[in-house]
Amino acid sequence: MFETLEQALQILGLGWGGVFLVMLVIYLVSMLLTKLFPPAKE
Amino acid sequence: MDVLIQGILGLVAEPGRIAMIAIGCVLMYLGIRKEYEPTLLVPMGLGTILVNIPNTGVLETGGQAGPFTVLFQAGIETELFPLLLFIGIGAMIDFGPLLANPFLLLFGAAAQFGIFFVTIVASLLGFDIADAASAGIIAAADGPTSIFVANSLGSKYMGAIMVAAYSYMALVPIIQPIAIKAVTTKKERQIRMKYNPRGVSQTAKILFPVIICIVAGLVAPDSLPLVGFLMFGNLLRECGVLNNLSMSAQNELVNLISILLGLCVSVKMEYHDFLQVDTLIIMVLGLLGFVMDSVGGVMFAKLLNLFRKEKINPMVGAAGISAFPMSSRVVQKLATEADPQNFILMQASAANVAGQIASVVAGGLVLGILL
Repeated sequence: MFETLEQALQILGLGWGGVFLVMLVIYLVSMLLTKLFPPAKE
Repeated sequence: MDVLIQGILGLVAEPGRIAMIAIGCVLMYLGIRKEYEPTLLVPMGLGTILVNIPNTGVLETGGQAGPFTVLFQAGIETELFPLLLFIGIGAMIDFGPLLANPFLLLFGAAAQFGIFFVTIVASLLGFDIADAASAGIIAAADGPTSIFVANSLGSKYMGAIMVAAYSYMALVPIIQPIAIKAVTTKKERQIRMKYNPRGVSQTAKILFPVIICIVAGLVAPDSLPLVGFLMFGNLLRECGVLNNLSMSAQNELVNLISILLGLCVSVKMEYHDFLQVDTLIIMVLGLLGFVMDSVGGVMFAKLLNLFRKEKINPMVGAAGISAFPMSSRVVQKLATEADPQNFILMQASAANVAGQIASVVAGGLVLGILL
């Protein structure tokens, strides 16, 4: 059971952390996109 | 006549079959009378009845695989049905409000907390890690992701996971207000938020799905089947030259796959697989996951409020789950309850859409860690 719990904690750390990382990168990319391609220039 | 008597005797000899037929009827009742996810619960309900009739031909006929088994092997074991469903879902989503307020993306990540919390609880209850993570993924609040991950991990609780994922999604208007009210005060629910959206160009909307695929692929390559199909659907919507395909994906494709998915998932609803204590535990864990998603989102918003001058209504954090658009509507309803002039629907919708992206990324990351 301790081995499973260890894996579950690993999933918490890497998984949830990974989701935050991906969403943070997407956030930065979204900021960049809206800056590079503003509606007025179209 | 002999066949009829044999069938009745078979039912009486195995009362579990009668219980499952009753469960099938309840699923259909929830779908038809209560309108809880009827597109899935109705076919799943009838499918449950069909697979639990003694000597049923839908699973096996003349020593060969029956139609449900063939459908299951073709659509679920290959993971094609949930992925095809994602094309339709992607075509339905407008990422515009999210691109206008990209900060809200982070709430999508926070509200996946239930997945990881339930995985830990399930492992403490003695489930192996594959089943624990499969139980956790119910909290993605996203049926196709739950099926995809549970199937990839070879979980033996597919039936329970499907039923839990879809029925709790339908119960979001009941589950979320209880969870949100438990962790927020009325004063917090009254917080008003300014909505100053930036304009979003069509070019940005077209590039967004492409870039998400690249980012998700580089960080979490196992999430690409899910993210890729979702974003492909969105690209059909936004590119502006494939409107017919986008409409087909949103309507015909989603409807067709929902019919087949609902029916063939019943393969896992046979009484000897389903009527187990473990199944009940999985259902309870799924419910816990939905609650903890909302709690995680709210607590993250509260944490941010400690450092922000302009406060966030913490309920927006709870809208970061994938159940779109129910969750954002629930949050708006609670905001109006607390203050009739409070309008936070746009922020909640953006967080809700972020939850859709975050849930598929979470599913992919879980697979990446375990496979």
